[in-house]
Amino acid sequence: MSTDAATSRTPPEHPVTSPLTIDDMTVAYDRKPVLWNVDYDAPVGKLVAIVGPNGAGKSTLIRAVLDLVPRVSGVVQFFGQPYRQQRNRVAYVPQRGSVDWDFPVSALDVVAMGLYRQIGWCRPVTKKFKELAMQALDRLGMAAFARRQISQLSGGQQQRVFLARALVQEADLYLMDEPFTGVDAATERAIVDLLRELQTQGKTALVVHHDLQTVTEYFDDVLLLNLHLIAAGPTEDVFTVENLRKTYGGKLALLDQVGQRIAVPETR
Amino acid sequence: MSSTGIRLLMALFIVIGTFRMTSAQEKNKIPPTRTTLSRPDFSLPEWDQLVRVVLLRDYNTRVVLVGTVLLGVCSGVIGTFLLLRGRAMAGDVISHSALPGLAIAFLVGEAIDPGAGRVTSTLLIGAVISSLIGMGCANLVRRFTKLKEETVLAIVLSLFFGFGAMLLSIVQQIPSAQLAGLQNYIFGKAASMVYDDVVLIGVSAGIVVLLALLFFKELVILCFDEDFAETQGWPTKRLDLLLMGLVVCVTVIGLQSAGLLLVVALMMTPSAAARFWTDRIGWLTLTSAILGGASCYLGVLLSALFPRMATGAVIVLMGSLFFFVSLLLGLRRGLFWKWWHAIQLRQRVERADLLRACYEAAESLSISQENSGQPRELIDVVITVPQLLAYRNWSERRWNRLLTKAVGHELIVSLPDGGYRLTQGAIAESRRIVRNHRLWEMYLIHYADVAPSHVDRGADWIEHVLAPDVVDELTRLLNEPRDVVNVPESPHPLQPEMTGGGREER
Amino acid sequence: MVAEFWTYLSDWSSFDTWIVVTAALSAMACALPGCFLVLRRQSLLGDVLSHTVLLGIVLGFLGSHALLVGGWILPSSYPAIQKAAIFAGAIIIGMITAVLADAVKRIGRTESSAALGVVYTTLFAAGLLLIRLAADHIHIDADCVLFGMEETAVLDTVGTTGIPRSAIVNGGMLLVNGLLVLLFFKELRLSSFDPQLADTLGLRPGVINMVLLIATSATLVAAFESVGNILVIAMLIVPPATAFLLSDRLPFMVLWSLFLAGFCAIFGHIFALTVPPILFSRMGWPEVDGARTAGMMASVAGICFFGALLFSPRKGVLSKLFYHWQLQLRFIAEDVLGTIYRSQETREPPSKQALVFDPSLRWKQRLLTMWALVRMKQLGLVVQQQGEVLLTAKGTSLAEAIVRSHRLWESYMARHLQLPDVHLHATAEWVEHYLDPALREALESELDRPQSDPQGKQIPAEPVE
Repeated sequence: MSTDAATSRTPPEHPVTSPLTIDDMTVAYDRKPVLWNVDYDAPVGKLVAIVGPNGAGKSTLIRAVLDLVPRVSGVVQFFGQPYRQQRNRVAYVPQRGSVDWDFPVSALDVVAMGLYRQIGWCRPVTKKFKELAMQALDRLGMAAFARRQISQLSGGQQQRVFLARALVQEADLYLMDEPFTGVDAATERAIVDLLRELQTQGKTALVVHHDLQTVTEYFDDVLLLNLHLIAAGPTEDVFTVENLRKTYGGKLALLDQVGQRIAVPETR
Repeated sequence: MSSTGIRLLMALFIVIGTFRMTSAQEKNKIPPTRTTLSRPDFSLPEWDQLVRVVLLRDYNTRVVLVGTVLLGVCSGVIGTFLLLRGRAMAGDVISHSALPGLAIAFLVGEAIDPGAGRVTSTLLIGAVISSLIGMGCANLVRRFTKLKEETVLAIVLSLFFGFGAMLLSIVQQIPSAQLAGLQNYIFGKAASMVYDDVVLIGVSAGIVVLLALLFFKELVILCFDEDFAETQGWPTKRLDLLLMGLVVCVTVIGLQSAGLLLVVALMMTPSAAARFWTDRIGWLTLTSAILGGASCYLGVLLSALFPRMATGAVIVLMGSLFFFVSLLLGLRRGLFWKWWHAIQLRQRVERADLLRACYEAAESLSISQENSGQPRELIDVVITVPQLLAYRNWSERRWNRLLTKAVGHELIVSLPDGGYRLTQGAIAESRRIVRNHRLWEMYLIHYADVAPSHVDRGADWIEHVLAPDVVDELTRLLNEPRDVVNVPESPHPLQPEMTGGGREER
Repeated sequence: MVAEFWTYLSDWSSFDTWIVVTAALSAMACALPGCFLVLRRQSLLGDVLSHTVLLGIVLGFLGSHALLVGGWILPSSYPAIQKAAIFAGAIIIGMITAVLADAVKRIGRTESSAALGVVYTTLFAAGLLLIRLAADHIHIDADCVLFGMEETAVLDTVGTTGIPRSAIVNGGMLLVNGLLVLLFFKELRLSSFDPQLADTLGLRPGVINMVLLIATSATLVAAFESVGNILVIAMLIVPPATAFLLSDRLPFMVLWSLFLAGFCAIFGHIFALTVPPILFSRMGWPEVDGARTAGMMASVAGICFFGALLFSPRKGVLSKLFYHWQLQLRFIAEDVLGTIYRSQETREPPSKQALVFDPSLRWKQRLLTMWALVRMKQLGLVVQQQGEVLLTAKGTSLAEAIVRSHRLWESYMARHLQLPDVHLHATAEWVEHYLDPALREALESELDRPQSDPQGKQIPAEPVE
């Protein structure tokens, strides 16, 4: 509409193989902007931590790229194509609090849900698929608990079940929302081992992570977020005191103020 | 799995037993004369009537029975999904909002062609449309206002019902309306079901159940984790619509043949009751269907025996009976089993506490006697109640009671002079218990910086829940031998006065 | 049609007046506890109570009858005791409903609406069954449960005063509820809004909840007899919910709901007398002479509710739509002003065609642009000269504000987010509409009063009003 914009808005050249390309994405919840202008290219075969304070928009980032939250602007591509066409290559592990734990399903049933798409409409879950699900559970050391109803599992075991569900999808990109929250040490080790194993298979994982202590130990790459992208890249370059101060040293005052103004325009 | 099977059998016996008893009572209750009854309006059935009903010799009873049972089964199936989707009240709202549709369909039908309004299909189409409008209104109100979900449901329910009842009060003034029996839609006419109704119910119930089974997997994932289903590319909106469509279908069919109250109850109660029996969704659906069918079956039989009892209401009460029986006896969350497990746990804890107290008393006695130059095996140490009193804060009466019980379990041997001696088996068992207790105490002292004088209290209840793998982990951490026979020394003095106050009555 | 309306009303008698008065009193009595039920997310409980009190009523009937038959009470005092027994029965059953539903929910870990549903169908079915079984003693038929006996209840007057007993009962209930609400207003408000705080302050929210339940049950019984089940369900929830849409303070909500309840009663009865005969005689059913007042009141309440949903000045659908539309128009107009301003900076002012048929616009936006141009011409913001659109002085200062917002935001984002230039524009295009002078000033001072934006374009000075 106006000439302020650069004359032609060709998106910058991204490597087609990048598992996740976010181009100028802005996200608003109920009009209130929670993420501003995020540009990001996920590297192939790396473990990436998404780090930031509470309310920085970490979960929103993941939910927005998966079309679970509408985007105000921006383009998101998985392996060079929109999400719809690449669903099979992306697996999502939601926050643990988001499901009804009293639901009458066993751990195996939950893992098998990751295969439903592959099984297809109206077909029952056959033995073959149950075995696949069982193998995934086994990889996380959960085979003994396959028949348990999910509320009878500990927090760490529940998390492992959800990881197994993602695992069974045989995806190339894993998006995990706080898998380390509220889990025991054994589960944390199991998750990290799994992530490393996935990495050796050339897969990529984006993990929302809370524990700053372990970022350098667990992850190759880091993405610092607080309402906007602060920095992203290899951990040793990006995970610096200076960047962390920017991330945790309070929100950009005006950015936040303008966000509030947009959420509640003006009193009429 | 086998323990589940046993429990299932036990529960089945209990249920069957109750039925047996009640039916036997019914038979016995038939009095020779009816004059003794103070309430002449409530007559018990005659013997031959009972036989006729139970053997289904009445054509009418058979028809009603088949119709309601089919309805019960299919609403049991659909109700399961509603319950899991957290929309148990949806059936209630849908059935209430069908009412204006019935009246309007009747009026429109009559206006176009006198007589057409009385045709069942016209009425059903009206009811379906009106239910859908009701759901639409609920969505509209939900979207555009900040009213809470319950309020939205209550508003739609009462407005549609009020509007429908108003229309009915008008329609009733039209002479031909009496023939359509619109009033029956509210309170039901399950008892006057006819063959055509049963065919209609059968066909639609078949279709509904078939669809539900066909899309079982998809509906489950919708109910369990909508976000995940969405990211997997399942059309969640359309699946939701399918579910609601099935609900509307069942509701309307049921409304026509059984009345509003019955439909609402059948949609909610069996699935809620089935939830107490199983943690598998397949079994849940099946149980819910069976309970729905069974409550209809019993309800119809009962109301055939007691003609003054309205069939619909009796079916509802039978469903509720199943619900409350399940609440009490259900295998998964029933009160009885919870209570049973609590008792068993208490007994196990009591036994372990007793053994540990005895062991520790014997241990310190043997040590002190060893010091005095008489080495003694634990098995030879004689302990008395006064000694034991110091080790656990139990009353003397309780000690005596528990000790007598332990003698019965062959944990200890009662000696003629009033003392007790541990048996070989009990020593092995108490070694394990004491070992767990002390391992945990040591862990608390070394890793949690708890003062030695306080660890006893902390370890007192932990010892009962330590799983073997945790014990292994503890032995590894504390560099203790993994040998179970090897009991580490207590990290704090075992003198009664040091620990006396620590172990409290639980 | 109007004439017809008046003919149907011409035989309005004192009975009709009393019907209206009774209905209004009971509806208002229901609306008072209803307000709090709606706010406490217990709307369904209200609905459920109105079903289950039936059992209480029947039990009260049977109990008092048993007392009479057993010779415990004198026949002369029977009517009074019967009334008391019915009230007591209903209140007890009301409390049982709530307690039972809560117990099932907690003990059985059943979802709350399912627990409520099970309890309600059970108790309601038991009530219906008892009615059938004890039909010789209780004269309640299905019709009466639904509609009440309003039309006949007014015939039952007290002494020679001509005042129907039901009016007095419902009026008394209204008085009691009114007093309760007045006396415990602050406790009710707090315990509905924040039960935990109420608890820490020692206000006993549990007790308040019970009192509310008892008041609701008693009100339901009083209303039940005269106006029936339907009205009770509708009046308990719908007027308060409507009032919620019309107000955002609790006292006003209570007053609105009282007013709406009265309104529904008056117009419910008038419409019940007139609308059905007028409509149905035209459709060929002259035998229709009116509807039940209760049903029509619920319908009027529905009209009020959906009316409020559409037209409420603050929370209505239309006002929200209107507001969005206005906002969109303002955006378009501001975009057009900005475009003209930018064109004037570099080259000739744009033609109207160029503005409207900008290739980046969608058709809807083009129509809006056309409309905005017309409107801005009227307001004297732009003038059209030989096909070119020019800004007036007033227009220029508005346009400067917009372009200034845009470029300041771009500078801010470039400074703090290190974005490539091509990515600055999209959000600035969105944010520029929301910045006010104060925010622009804050941005400018934060950026140390820049002269130009990242692309080197000059940032206009803040226009003077």
